[in-house]
Amino acid sequence: MITKRIIPCLDVKEGRVVKGVSFVNLRDAGDPIELAAHYDQAGADELIFLDISASHEGRKTMVEVVEKAAGQLSIPFTVGGGIASVEDIFRMLRAGADKISMNTAAVLNPELIEAGARRFGSQCMVVAIDAKYEPEIQDWIVYTHGGRIPTEHRAVNWAQEVVKRGAGEILLTSMDADGHKDGFDIQLTQAVSEAVQVPVIASGGAGNEQHFYEVFSNTQATAALAASIFHFQEVSLSSVKTYLKERGVEVR
Amino acid sequence: MLAIIDYGMGNLHSLSKALERMGYDYVITSDPDVLRKANGLILPGVGAFGDAMYELAIRGIDTVIKAEALEGKPLLGICLGMQLLFSSSDENGYYEGLNLLPGHVARFRGELRIPHMGWNWLFFKHPHPLFRDLSEDYVYFVHSYYVQAANSEDVIATTNYGTSVPAIVARNQIYGMQFHPEKSGKLGLKLLNQFARLVEKVGVDVS
Repeated sequence: MITKRIIPCLDVKEGRVVKGVSFVNLRDAGDPIELAAHYDQAGADELIFLDISASHEGRKTMVEVVEKAAGQLSIPFTVGGGIASVEDIFRMLRAGADKISMNTAAVLNPELIEAGARRFGSQCMVVAIDAKYEPEIQDWIVYTHGGRIPTEHRAVNWAQEVVKRGAGEILLTSMDADGHKDGFDIQLTQAVSEAVQVPVIASGGAGNEQHFYEVFSNTQATAALAASIFHFQEVSLSSVKTYLKERGVEVR
Repeated sequence: MLAIIDYGMGNLHSLSKALERMGYDYVITSDPDVLRKANGLILPGVGAFGDAMYELAIRGIDTVIKAEALEGKPLLGICLGMQLLFSSSDENGYYEGLNLLPGHVARFRGELRIPHMGWNWLFFKHPHPLFRDLSEDYVYFVHSYYVQAANSEDVIATTNYGTSVPAIVARNQIYGMQFHPEKSGKLGLKLLNQFARLVEKVGVDVS
């Protein structure tokens, strides 16, 4: 059967990797291409580049990053951040991205999912959902703008809606778990992954090898994402994979 | 010279860079004359089957690809490009393909996550020059429809996803890979390299 995927995520701003990268063995730890190539060699199944540039110039730089990445990597990669139109999607796919991810734009303009899926196929349309548990209503609420603005959408319903509109994959980030390194949000991940038929990437909370095993054995997530634990070499891709293999989870 | 067929359906950048890294000459084109002069053709593609056939037809290259392949020029279809080699597809309605290989393309059924997305094991079914010195490994798939080949001997490698899924097809000089060789790590690149090498050999023989 198909293997579970482990996906490092790189935050890129104005063409440089930001947010905690402390690779000692890289010539330039801020170079997204060098870091991506390292992860490719180390056994990453896919990569995600998240463009957090605020400026127009930064966004143009991202296209160059994508072109270089496509020329060097032998694994697929997704580009997210700042994608708000069919033209933006086209530009990134043409530059060599395998998939694009949209978050705020999908909420503000859900027709964009349909337009993108119709033109480029669902397989390259990832919708990222940032969700936070709201105790008052005992449900998860979808946030936009990097987790700053709550919406009226509930995570499970929203996931089903974006799939209906043509999303081929969901990147699900638990805002409650993110940054705590206490493990993935099992309840949220299970609720969403059992509600949709497309692949779901669990994100937020990875701190050690066991956390990956927990999310794959307790939910239907088909992939798991982490950033800082890989960047800071707290956990290696190979140790995660070995741990999973030893416990019967099929990985590459 | 390899011709990568550009008909607005797909990510050509990674594929062309992979060929470049391996030292092959290539051209990205939709010009029928260039396709006729090339030693081998690569038909990539992502998106929907019917749209792809339409895009080939309006460029007048569906007939060129077919004629060249039937003349014995090596042709490699990748992902949707492999599906287009077959007779027909159910994707968003019924569409006829290039019909170079007999078979139908249908959507995955049952309790499966769709698309079939990620790394899955490639089983070599028959000995084939494409596999020379290679071992089975994982390769990267992303597709919602799969080929139901009418001739099982055309299927030289498979993967399992709910059912046995054709992953590499080959008949004479017509090849197809359902996965993305340019995105499938070392084995993917080696398979792409084998195809390119077969093309060069055929190209020399022809001239």
